[in-house]
Amino acid sequence: MTQQKKARRPSSKTLPKALTGIQGLDEITGGGLPSGRPTLVSGGAGAGKTMFGLEFLVRGATQYGEPGVFMSFEETIPDLTKNAASLGFDLGRLVAEKKLFLDHVAISRHEIEETGEYDLDGLFIRIADAVKRVGARRVVLDTIEALFGELPNPGILRAEIRRLFDWLKQQGLTTIITAERDRPDKLTRHGIEEFVSDCVIVLDHRIREEISTRRLRVVKYRGSTHGTNEYPFLIDEHGISVLPISSLGLDHTAPAERISTGIDRLDGMMGGKGFYRGSSILMSGTSGTGKTSVAAHFVDAACRRGERCLYFAIEESPRQVVRNMRSIGIDLEPWVRKGLLQFHAARPTYGGIEEVLLLTHKHISSFQPSVVVVDPITTLLMVSTLNEVRSMLTRLVDFLKTQEITAIFTSLTAAGGDLEANEADVSSLMDTWLLLKTIEVGGERNRALYVLKSRGMEHSNQIREFVLTNDGLRLLDVYLGPEGVLTGAARMSQEGREKAAGTFRRQQLEGRGRELDRKRQIFEARMTMLRAEFEVEEEIIQQSISESKLLDAELLQDRGQMVRSREADTSAYKKVGSAPAARKR
Amino acid sequence: MPTAKTRTRTQPRKPAPRKPAVWKLRLYVAGQTPKSIRAFANLKVLCEERLKGRYQIEVIDLLEHPHMARGDQIVAVPTLEIKLPQSVQRIIGDLSNTDRVLVGLALQQVG
Repeated sequence: MTQQKKARRPSSKTLPKALTGIQGLDEITGGGLPSGRPTLVSGGAGAGKTMFGLEFLVRGATQYGEPGVFMSFEETIPDLTKNAASLGFDLGRLVAEKKLFLDHVAISRHEIEETGEYDLDGLFIRIADAVKRVGARRVVLDTIEALFGELPNPGILRAEIRRLFDWLKQQGLTTIITAERDRPDKLTRHGIEEFVSDCVIVLDHRIREEISTRRLRVVKYRGSTHGTNEYPFLIDEHGISVLPISSLGLDHTAPAERISTGIDRLDGMMGGKGFYRGSSILMSGTSGTGKTSVAAHFVDAACRRGERCLYFAIEESPRQVVRNMRSIGIDLEPWVRKGLLQFHAARPTYGGIEEVLLLTHKHISSFQPSVVVVDPITTLLMVSTLNEVRSMLTRLVDFLKTQEITAIFTSLTAAGGDLEANEADVSSLMDTWLLLKTIEVGGERNRALYVLKSRGMEHSNQIREFVLTNDGLRLLDVYLGPEGVLTGAARMSQEGREKAAGTFRRQQLEGRGRELDRKRQIFEARMTMLRAEFEVEEEIIQQSISESKLLDAELLQDRGQMVRSREADTSAYKKVGSAPAARKR
Repeated sequence: MPTAKTRTRTQPRKPAPRKPAVWKLRLYVAGQTPKSIRAFANLKVLCEERLKGRYQIEVIDLLEHPHMARGDQIVAVPTLEIKLPQSVQRIIGDLSNTDRVLVGLALQQVG
């Protein structure tokens, strides 16, 4: 039902098609079955032919305004109604609303005596009358080949059946004719496929390794391209869902929007903005590395933004996840109650990988989340081969991308295994690969995380240690030691050492400052002293200069007096100078 | 029901069909086709021979009463239904094989 809007309209311009409304089938056939023409649906006992026909009519009547007629040649109407109820279809109501007409054709060969030429006009009239009563556009004949068992003269029967198909075509009725396939080399028991040249679909129900898988294949579709693979399908309480393996292609849009991982510092490792919306993220690690915790952060952040999240818990029960995440301070329960978060727990062993994929599709289609978590994908390997898991994931990833759903897949790596090699097969599908591991050093294990790849964005290449606290996951600062990133006690001791070294340097710096001060003081003190000394000397010198001058003057005076008294040759005395004589005095 | 054609006379169920004063037969056809005309003619001849004066033939044209095809579970036409003496046996075809018609009517001992 939710899938209906996605069913592409006919790709072919020449061939009108009738949407079946069967989830996935309209994608494979490029718009449904040939409109106004018969389609043969062939399969072994229990392959789901009747259900296929019923759903085709019910969807036609309820979704496309095309009433239908169901001619049952095997099951009685009460049986049909009961079986349809198991698919969630209320045939009784549709019949009452005149959108559906059921007719059970019951004949028994023991009661028949053939006495000459006959035809199937009785059946024609019944069908025509039923078609007229509800204004049917669709008809299902389930299984008309049963007539071969009940009516004599196969020659007449074959001709009549051919005439019936022609008549149905003439009436422009989109018809499904079911047929029993009892041998692999034949499509139908009585070869009626030769009358139905337009479209042939084969249903198959096989059991491999104790796991049953239903498959569908469009063997022939004249005038139209169609997917030719075998597509797994599922019948459950919402009808049939077929899963196109590869029809989705790679034409999905690539949103540039980024969404937070819910862990600030992890965002920081990815260019500060987190994941791309619609990208697929692989998170691998050995057990106990905190994969679920990282996923829970992401879910929590998405719910805070008001987005819907779908969580596939493959190994833990939802309650367990909620409880465990509470221990790291993430309470998911309010989101569950608000309807933003939905858990689905299913062990793949229950139904096989195709069923897991189909269920995943169905839940996603009906819940329309913007974030999906599959935790973990490795459990799928238990029920299938690596190839199948890879093919399933390819399809799932494609599907999620077309819906622009961001998805986290966790993957459990076997302890001791090569972390990066094990997932190499699926990793190429993923846009971002977070690797969680424990680093064992100095007698302890510590958790670390790194971004191994992240397409289309800058990302950190560092290995970051993280701890799970009561308040969520916390990425710690990076400490690189001689042997790589330091974690746990080694990190703490490194932290300690760095702190000590820091203090020392600070002290040294302070010490140097003080020394400088001291030197400056000393220098200044010396300056003062020198100046004082200088002043003292200057004073002495000045004094002696003035004394000398005074002495000279006195000397000159004395000598003049002597000359005057002796009347001596004054010029001679003047030449000799004065000092020694003066000193003598 | 026994399928042997010639031995049915001695079977215990034999006496019952003898009794009815009137045979009620119903012939379902779909329009006036050569086949239906032929069937009616064949039936008429046979009844005149074997059940003269104690038979009734009702012809139902399903084109006029399509719902009866469903109600009476008619697939092939012409179909002859034996209403009296009550029988689940149905005779289909244009009734040109008289022996088989007699087997169907449980009257074959006479032939």
